[in-house]
Amino acid sequence: MKKLNNNINHLISTDDMSQELIIKIFDTAESFLEIGQRDIKKVPLLRGKTVCNLFFENSTRTRTTFEIAAKRLSADVINIDIPTSSQSKGESIFDMVDNLIAMGTDIFVIRHSEAGIPKKISNHVDVGIHVINGGDGSNAHPTQGLLDAFTIRKYKKHFSGLTIAIVGDIQHSRVAKSEISVLSALGTKEIRVIGPESLMPNNINELKVKVFNTIEDGLKDVDVIMMLRIQKERMNNNTIPSESQYFESFGLTQKRLQIAKKDALVLHPGPINRGVEIDSEVADGKQSVILNQVKFGIAIRMAVMIMMVNKKT
Amino acid sequence: MNLPNPNVLIDKILEKIISEVDKETCLIGIPSGGSYIIDALKKKIKEPLSYGLIDGSFYRDDLEISGIKLKEKTTSINFNIDQKKIILIDDVFYTGRTIRAAMNEIFDYGRPKEIKLFVLIDRKNNELPIQPTFSAMEIDAPKNIFISLAKEKNNLIFNVSKIK
Repeated sequence: MKKLNNNINHLISTDDMSQELIIKIFDTAESFLEIGQRDIKKVPLLRGKTVCNLFFENSTRTRTTFEIAAKRLSADVINIDIPTSSQSKGESIFDMVDNLIAMGTDIFVIRHSEAGIPKKISNHVDVGIHVINGGDGSNAHPTQGLLDAFTIRKYKKHFSGLTIAIVGDIQHSRVAKSEISVLSALGTKEIRVIGPESLMPNNINELKVKVFNTIEDGLKDVDVIMMLRIQKERMNNNTIPSESQYFESFGLTQKRLQIAKKDALVLHPGPINRGVEIDSEVADGKQSVILNQVKFGIAIRMAVMIMMVNKKT
Repeated sequence: MNLPNPNVLIDKILEKIISEVDKETCLIGIPSGGSYIIDALKKKIKEPLSYGLIDGSFYRDDLEISGIKLKEKTTSINFNIDQKKIILIDDVFYTGRTIRAAMNEIFDYGRPKEIKLFVLIDRKNNELPIQPTFSAMEIDAPKNIFISLAKEKNNLIFNVSKIK
């Protein structure tokens, strides 16, 4: 597989990312964490640059953390409100992007319900304009995959000794796909996916993961549990019988958490469906690092933006 | 180039600091050289002072030329600097740009009463209207020479190298 060099021009997917580049992103993010502790949470690294959050699909966490990341670097931020945008007037996405470039946008963060849109836009824009995929359909969510692995590194250090389980709707989850590629690149000892057969992608055997169809078997001796949100909006047929039945079979409860290692971490990309994929007791419990994921996500997004704009970093 | 043992110069700084310190004084080192000096001073100063580090990398004016240097030691100022007397400590003073960046960063933490700059070596080549308050030594070295304080097997030495 072709290894990318150490600069990031666009961030569309984590699939071809080298371990070296991922570690460089993590190390850069590490140095940005401290800024979040200051009274004045701002440094002038992106002063004069404009970041445009172009979200064609709802998001709270991703959009706000990108916005905060850009603002902490002193960039100007534009958030495009899609329901009232010209998309509804029939303007093509490319026309919209071209207009935003004419207004001086340097970095686009794009979320779209259709897979491949951020990639198409990255092919469309001129040199010097950067595109970050903020989640496209069930394809990829690269900064989420990176920030999840970064969170694990904050607590566990060496991936070569870790067994990590991803639990839930693997098929519809762009988060799971990005997590798997980042964790693989980092040399994780064992990656497991746990979920009902109906929520496993067809190509699951091509990914280097172990598949478990019961949570009790899958959580045994696990160091990290990465829960996924049940994506109701991406299910067009009855792939799960009901939310309560799903919780019955795959919900992470305190009792099930005890099957994993004593010091196992619990992650969730949010938003949490309490009582569907995770019990409140676990989500708010001692082993949960869910809110730290949000905090670390800001630093990861700062690192990615800096590495795009500042080629010498 | 013959440079003295860094510890001799650190002792000169120490003498100067001891004659100046009071309850309001904070010593803030600029990594990496400044942090070695801070470590050495901590062992020798008996008064309880506030110590910190400041790495102005994110405030530099040459990012487009040389890129951001990943911080080995991040800024850590775990005390209130409002109305404090700050003594910035660095190994070598050259153009003044590092100090400009560090001072910008300091003002994100508060409004000190004063800032002084103590260095081991002043290369007398400031490109900005900034100069050390105290230097233990002044030298006139060619521009293609890079001088920095380094740690080698627990001993402090001056690294002198040619810039390509």
